[in-house]
Amino acid sequence: MKAKGKLRWDLVLIAALLLLSGVLYFTLNHGRQEGGQVVVRVDGLEVERHSLAVNGTFPLNGGSNILVIENGQAWLSEANCPDHICVKQGKIHYTGQVITCLPNRLTVTVEGGESNGIDLVVG
Amino acid sequence: MKTKKITVMAMCIALAMILSYVESQIPSPGIPGVKLGLANLAVIFALYKLGWKEAAGISLLRVLLVSLLFGHVASLMYSAAGAALSLLGMILLRRIPQFGCVAVSVTGGVLHNIGQILMAWALMGSNVIYYLPVLLFSGTVAGVVIGIVAALLIKRIKI
Repeated sequence: MKAKGKLRWDLVLIAALLLLSGVLYFTLNHGRQEGGQVVVRVDGLEVERHSLAVNGTFPLNGGSNILVIENGQAWLSEANCPDHICVKQGKIHYTGQVITCLPNRLTVTVEGGESNGIDLVVG
Repeated sequence: MKTKKITVMAMCIALAMILSYVESQIPSPGIPGVKLGLANLAVIFALYKLGWKEAAGISLLRVLLVSLLFGHVASLMYSAAGAALSLLGMILLRRIPQFGCVAVSVTGGVLHNIGQILMAWALMGSNVIYYLPVLLFSGTVAGVVIGIVAALLIKRIKI
């Protein structure tokens, strides 16, 4: 009986967390639109900004990562870090989408012409 | 501290380190922070069998040793933030009698990911918040799996 009671509260917690992740996913992704620019940041500071409309290949952060922009999509094609997680994150084009390279403290973010929810959070 | 307790603690740390290494060999799904958290097995085991101080010691030593051996400075900062928050949550939840081992594990998994996001936020800015829903989900699922295994271990292994 005791074990059964415990399991019930465990299930409540699990259900609540799954629900919360679903709600957050919807909230954060709601109203997403095609972005116009990609912003490259190192340590949270902007270092480069490129238009998604112009194709090109850009070495970032002294060549630690290679940014490719093609047909309105941006992705990292190369990285000098051991795990290559940023390369695996694939192509981004919606406003607010971000590719993160933790070892090089680098982020590539899609931004649009007008402000989105995240800009409000930054303040 | 009794010799037996020291020995069990040492074994838990060794086990946590090996589990961290095993996990590092599993290919990443491509989202930073999504992982199983195998090493948390040893921490949860210690939390139930030895006590919260011992579990805290095992977790923090594990993070330090694994980062020195297999990682880099950046990984130490993320791991430490995740482990500290995760540990705090698990210790608190362990004290609530209504919750079982799976709830403790799920809390640990989710808070580990939240700790890492907060560290990433501090280092790289608020854009990383977009990872939160995915990491919340993955932390919950991983926590359930680890919690079920930990419950079996706690039941079967006598120390």
